[in-house]
Amino acid sequence: MLNVGKLEEGFVLDHIKAGSSLELYDLLQLDKLDCTVAIIKNARSEKMEKKDILKVECDINTLDLDVLALIDHNITVNVIKNGEIVEKKELALPKQIKNVIRCHNPRCITSIEQELPHIFFLADAEREVYRCKYCEEKYNWTARPL
Amino acid sequence: MRHLMSPLDFSTEELDLLFGLAEDIRKNPAKYAHACHGKILATCFYEPSTRTRLSFESAMIRLGGQIIGFADAASSSASKGESVSDTIRIISCYADICAMRHPKEGAPMVAAEKSLIPVINAGDGGHQHPTQTLTDLLTIHSLKGRLGGFTIGLCGDLKFGRTVHSLIKALVRYHDIKFVFISPEELRVPDYITDLLKSRNIPYEEVIRLERVMPQLDLLYMTRVQKERFFNEEDYVRLKDFYILNADKMALAKKDMLVLHPLPRVNEISVEVDEDPRAAYFRQAQYGVYVRMALILTLLELEPACE
Ligand SMILES: [Zn+2]
Repeated sequence: MLNVGKLEEGFVLDHIKAGSSLELYDLLQLDKLDCTVAIIKNARSEKMEKKDILKVECDINTLDLDVLALIDHNITVNVIKNGEIVEKKELALPKQIKNVIRCHNPRCITSIEQELPHIFFLADAEREVYRCKYCEEKYNWTARPL
Repeated sequence: MRHLMSPLDFSTEELDLLFGLAEDIRKNPAKYAHACHGKILATCFYEPSTRTRLSFESAMIRLGGQIIGFADAASSSASKGESVSDTIRIISCYADICAMRHPKEGAPMVAAEKSLIPVINAGDGGHQHPTQTLTDLLTIHSLKGRLGGFTIGLCGDLKFGRTVHSLIKALVRYHDIKFVFISPEELRVPDYITDLLKSRNIPYEEVIRLERVMPQLDLLYMTRVQKERFFNEEDYVRLKDFYILNADKMALAKKDMLVLHPLPRVNEISVEVDEDPRAAYFRQAQYGVYVRMALILTLLELEPACE
C-alpha cells in the first residue's frame, strides 16, 4: 500500500466507500483544521474491493465523530497515539445532532427564526429516524441525504 | 423548574397527583381562592384562541392571581420582529408563569429554553396542545372515576385531528382500554397510531358508521368533519350524516356512556343532545379550568393558602 507517512497522533478512517472520501472531508470540516490530512482513494481492500482511507493528524479530541456514523457506520475509526493504534471505535448513531441537518418543516419555529440551532434527536435507532427537537418532524434522508 | 410542552411530559403517577389536586379544587374552591395571591400569569398568544386564553385567565383569577398578556401577534412585539427567545426573557421579568400559544411548531419549547419562569404550551400549530389533552383526561377521570377499563370511540376527522392523536397517545399508558375509530375512509387514523396500538397489543377497531358501534361504547369523543377534507362534494353529502350525533344515535348508547368534544362544535352534535345527561362537553370546558388551576399551582410549586 501507498505509504503516506506514519501518524503520531490522530485518526485513520478506514473502509470508507470508494469515492466518498472528499465528501467526508467536507462534512468533517477538515478544511478548517490546520493539520496534515492524507486522502487515499480507491485503495485495494479484501472486504470491499475498493475503498477510500482518510488519515488525519490532529489532537484526538478535535474531530466530531458523531457525524461519521450518520454518513456510514461501516467506517472503521482507528485512534492513533504515539504512532500506535490505541483504539478502534465502533460507530454508533449520535443521540443528538446540532446544525448538521436542517429542519424543512415550513410550520417549524426554525423556519422563521434564523438564529435558532437546528437540533435533531435520535427517535428510533433501528430505523435511523431523527426528529427535530422543536417540531418533532421526521428528517427525510431520502429527499435530503447528507 | 418545570415546563409543560407535551401531555407525555408528566408520568401517570404525576398525572394522578395533578388530577387529585384538580378534584380537590373542584370540591373546595374557597381553599384555593388566594393560592396565587401576588402571582402573575402572562398569556402570550401569537394567534387568537379565545377559549383557551380565557380558560387560562379564568384559572389564574380563580386562584387569586393576576394576568397580563397579548391575544394575537399583531398586538405583541413579534410584529416588530422580536424573537420568541427575547420576548420570553422580558416576560420572565414581568410574570411568574407563562402560557404561550404560537402558530409555529416548537415555539413554546424555544421559549422554555430561555425562560426563567415555567412555560405552558397552550398550542403550537398542529403539534401539541397539552392542556386540551389534560382536560380530556381529567374529565374522563372525574366522570368515569377511572382512567382505563373502558371502550372509547373516537369519531370524525381522525387523520388531521391533533387532539385525537394526543389523547390516544396519552391513553395508551393506562390499562384495559379498547379503541373504536369511527371515520370516513379518507380521514382514518394514521398508521403510526395503529402501529403504536399493535406494538402494545391494545385492541382497536375501525368502522365507518357510528350507529353500528354505539351500544359498545363507554365514552364517545366527537370531533368535527370539515367539508374541505373531502375529495369531492358527493362523498361529503353521502357521509356527513354518519358523523352527526343526534338523539336517535344516543338512544342506541349505554345509559352511562359519556359524550366528549373539544369544542367548538359546529353541527356534528345536534343541539337536542345537549339536554341528555350523558352529554359531558360543557362540563369538560369546566374541567379545563380546574386542570389549568392544578397545573399552575403545580408548576409554581404552591400550596393552597391557609385561611
Ligand atoms: Zn422542526
